[in-house]
Amino acid sequence: MGMTITEKILAKAGERDSVSPGENIWLNVDTLMTHDVCGPPTVQIWANEFGKKAKIWDKKKLVIFPDHYIFTENSHARRNVDILRDFAAKYELPNFYDVGSERYKGVCHVALAEEGYNLPGTVLIGTDSHTCTSGAFGLFSTGVGNTDAAFILGTGRIWEKVPESMKFIFEGTMPPYLTAKDLILRILGDISTDGATYRAMEFAGSTIRAMEMEERMTLCNMAIEAGGMNGIIEADEVTAAYLREKSDAPYTVYRSDEDALYHSVRNYDTASIEPTVAKPHSPDNMDTVRNVQRTKLTKCYIGSCTGGKLYDFVAAARIIRGKEVKVPTFIVPSTTTVMKDLSETMIGGQSVKQILLDAGCSIAPPSCAACLGGPADTFGRSQDRDVVISTTNRNFPGRMGSKQADVYLASPLTVAASAVSGVITDPRDLL
Amino acid sequence: MKSIITGKAFVLGTNIDTDQIIPAEHLVYSMEDPEEAKKYGHFALSGVPLSEAGLPQGQTPFISGDRTESDFSIIVASSNFGCGSSREHAPYALMKAGAKAIIALSYARIFYRNAVDGGFVVPIESSEDLSLSVQTGDLLEIDLHSMHLKNISSGRAWQLKELGSVLPIVEAGGIFEYARKTGMIPAAEPSEA
Repeated sequence: MGMTITEKILAKAGERDSVSPGENIWLNVDTLMTHDVCGPPTVQIWANEFGKKAKIWDKKKLVIFPDHYIFTENSHARRNVDILRDFAAKYELPNFYDVGSERYKGVCHVALAEEGYNLPGTVLIGTDSHTCTSGAFGLFSTGVGNTDAAFILGTGRIWEKVPESMKFIFEGTMPPYLTAKDLILRILGDISTDGATYRAMEFAGSTIRAMEMEERMTLCNMAIEAGGMNGIIEADEVTAAYLREKSDAPYTVYRSDEDALYHSVRNYDTASIEPTVAKPHSPDNMDTVRNVQRTKLTKCYIGSCTGGKLYDFVAAARIIRGKEVKVPTFIVPSTTTVMKDLSETMIGGQSVKQILLDAGCSIAPPSCAACLGGPADTFGRSQDRDVVISTTNRNFPGRMGSKQADVYLASPLTVAASAVSGVITDPRDLL
Repeated sequence: MKSIITGKAFVLGTNIDTDQIIPAEHLVYSMEDPEEAKKYGHFALSGVPLSEAGLPQGQTPFISGDRTESDFSIIVASSNFGCGSSREHAPYALMKAGAKAIIALSYARIFYRNAVDGGFVVPIESSEDLSLSVQTGDLLEIDLHSMHLKNISSGRAWQLKELGSVLPIVEAGGIFEYARKTGMIPAAEPSEA
């Protein structure tokens, strides 16, 4: 019987000819990624558990991006970055992207792509739930906790239960008023926040093949919001073209067999999907933008691994250009590369950055910022009974700071249309 | 592994995500310094809106006042417990607050792994939604060998799901203990760090 792309990659990493869903297997890890929140406890567990014999299994395969709590006066948060800096210096780690240095990148999942770590066919494990983002490059990527990461740090290995795969097929041309965010919010509404628990979510179809890498990343990024173990898209010419710019490392492209067995297959006619939101307080609380339009807002937010890539800001700038925002609008580019690209990407003779600034948006340096609330002085953090529309990934109570706030999740087009209107607005009204 | 866990129930609803278990702003404390690590106990479940805390009535904080340990040691919840981020601080915070076990209809994968591999709390699956039939404060007794649950307060009893393939890791007390027991990694010597 055939295998899915996820099963093929796990079989290779488990040194097996084949694997079946439900089997527990040990995998060899190709890349381990961590950041400032989970890195310090991971290192501590590794030091405690391996004791004098503690050795990093492969320094080249360890990647550390401080990104969560960077631009804060919180002394405990700053101490975490110091711990990582000392660890990187002590072990002469080649892949540490330090705060304040020219190497500083920002949000780890976008940085992994930009720095060429997302190699098709590999196994990438990270101490962050949105590690599933990297699956957009046809690799197996998933999030783990500190103990599992510490175990990998010392052994290069992890146990996993081979997941069943769910396939989501989108056919047709993407209308100009939709982005990948609308598609994944639609899926979440259809299958709910535990609809893919312990399963792989594989995205396919002509709509996906026509998407650029950043949009594919948005789809895979929110697989975790359905409980998915990983999100995955087969690598193709678009993937290869992106990678040629970033890395000369060899990789293997895997594809699902025709006769592979799926838990379920869902087919979508992309053009029939409407601009979509997740209403408070769950990413699966789906509705159309039309049904909640004119909801009064106090804040708009564009940023994070989900909605803070160049594609997201270009999409937003197309709507914001020549207008003024009616509510405070917070812009956080995910990485320093995205920040630079905002200045260099032109729409109608103006840079994206200038368009956003002229409209009255506030722009902060790259980090996770208010996507997950963060310390009290975090840029864009929700306060009291804020009503926020955001391109981020979660809206459970308190996620962006205040437990009393209402957070709507939406595409950068919908957030931009809402920002210049002061109320939730369908992007079709402004495009 | 102790085979009998006894304690008072703290009942929660569905989709209790990691930001409700331990809000992200608190993830900055040391898990190594014994005094500082107590903050994780103090802030455990502090992100749950008060109306949803301690069902069916609600309005029951898991931790009262300045305390770092809870009166409740068994958490009973509906589906998808621990969804959201990968932060291991979540099951760790519950352990620091004195929680021994969780009984939920289902779990998010990373939380479940973290609870088991870190040896923090025992995540047990129920066959029916016990958040509808157990009340906060009920005295519960779990037998981990027979997977039998008794509600001593109400006299009712249920059969819980077996731990299955993770049982050896739970019994060992975590993934490192399991790996040492099975010879995957050598016994630890004290660290110099």
